[in-house]
Amino acid sequence: MTADIDDVAPLLTVQGLSKLYGARIGCAEISFDLWPGEVLAIVGESGSGKTTLLNCLSTRLSPSSGTVSYRMRDGAFRNVYDLSEAERRLLMRTDWGFVHQNPADGLRMTVSAGANVGERLMAVGERHYGDIRGKATDWLGRVEIAADRIDDQPRAFSGGMRQRLQIARNLVTHPRLVFMDEPTGGLDVSVQARLLDLLCGLVDELGLSAIVVTHDLAVARLISHRMMVMKDGHVIEHGLTDRVLDDPRAPYTQLLVSSILQV
Amino acid sequence: MSTPLIVSDVAKTFTMHLQGGVLLPVVRRVSFKLQAGECAVLGGPSGAGKSSILKMLYGNYAVDEGSMVIRHKGIAVDIAAASPRTVLAVRRETIGYVSQFLRVVPRVSALDVVAEPLISRGSDVHEARERASTLLARLNLPERLWSLPPATFSGGEQQRVNIARGFITDHPVLLLDEPTASLDARNREVVIGMIAEKKRAGAALLGIFHDADVRDAVADRIIDVTAFSPEREAA
Repeated sequence: MTADIDDVAPLLTVQGLSKLYGARIGCAEISFDLWPGEVLAIVGESGSGKTTLLNCLSTRLSPSSGTVSYRMRDGAFRNVYDLSEAERRLLMRTDWGFVHQNPADGLRMTVSAGANVGERLMAVGERHYGDIRGKATDWLGRVEIAADRIDDQPRAFSGGMRQRLQIARNLVTHPRLVFMDEPTGGLDVSVQARLLDLLCGLVDELGLSAIVVTHDLAVARLISHRMMVMKDGHVIEHGLTDRVLDDPRAPYTQLLVSSILQV
Repeated sequence: MSTPLIVSDVAKTFTMHLQGGVLLPVVRRVSFKLQAGECAVLGGPSGAGKSSILKMLYGNYAVDEGSMVIRHKGIAVDIAAASPRTVLAVRRETIGYVSQFLRVVPRVSALDVVAEPLISRGSDVHEARERASTLLARLNLPERLWSLPPATFSGGEQQRVNIARGFITDHPVLLLDEPTASLDARNREVVIGMIAEKKRAGAALLGIFHDADVRDAVADRIIDVTAFSPEREAA
């Protein structure tokens, strides 16, 4: 009876993923599956290995051992580290997205907002200028950036707007999996709430799978279905987000949950 | 009558690692069944473990021992041992929960908060909003509030949003954690009526009601939670 109730294949299967920095552990022996439409939060304090793990999953950093198998659009599972460089780049530009904590890392700050979104479309072969501009305008609207800002550079945008632009840039190609590194970090609380609401809506609407690194448990509660808690490079607890937060089992998770400030 | 939920020999103990590993037994040997079309009420004083039982059934608390078997789309699923993904599927289709407090994304309107469970099951957005409006109107939530996020609402208003959200779907099992605690008499009557309708529609309800009037009006039977008290073990 513990079997899953349907037979949909996972989108991502991670087995024994480890990253060592010399003798120091970045992350160790991480294994999990991610299903279509599922949002997984990775939480833990600074230095716990969550960003190392995210980077290893998204091929931005080579793991020391382990496999990351991704179900390609043709249904076949491929170890992303066995892909050719060209295949991997295509995957990153089309089927995957990566939202950085600092929008400047994910945007080109000296080209227009429209071009930032359009660039991803051109990477998947769109050539018609009018179509690209139309889709870019549509996506700016969906992330609540006024159409008359399409020719402005992100340098002229506030932090919250930049982050929304980065999200539009990532989602315009309809990726199936999006990695996010502290997507609401560094933003004012009111801006955070707006971004969170937007993200939750888009994840639902597009049926996205996402892996979100955050140290903010309130953000994790609202956005994620499942949660992994990391400490010293190891996953010390994982489960349904509500369960991990309402009934934390590991001593460190109990400390983490009890440290949340109530407002 | 069919039995959509069977709880057998469930035990739950909290281990408080921050307090030197103190063990806090909550309940043990919890066993009961829930029939379709009935409303059973968990009875007993505060701290007896009533809320804990509901939270285990909804997957918010882990279960240490025993099983909680729910019939989900014709398949028996043990919530106590189910994967997170299975628990989410069971929540979407089979088991609903009206909690005491509302936890929602900050900017979403009351109407969309209520419509969301239907939309996430694939219903048409307009139909879902239509049903949400009907429920909010029935619960006397002023229409000018519908388009506003519930965060700034009064306790009673938030609770009505919460009730509407819990009642909008036709989940075969519905858990109610003091749904009427901060309602006035008029709205308590509305909720009593809604519970009666759910029963007639064949849902199985399990609730906690501290208000004796409401409890007497809705309960088909009381499940005495003190019978599951861990202290009795020693006696």
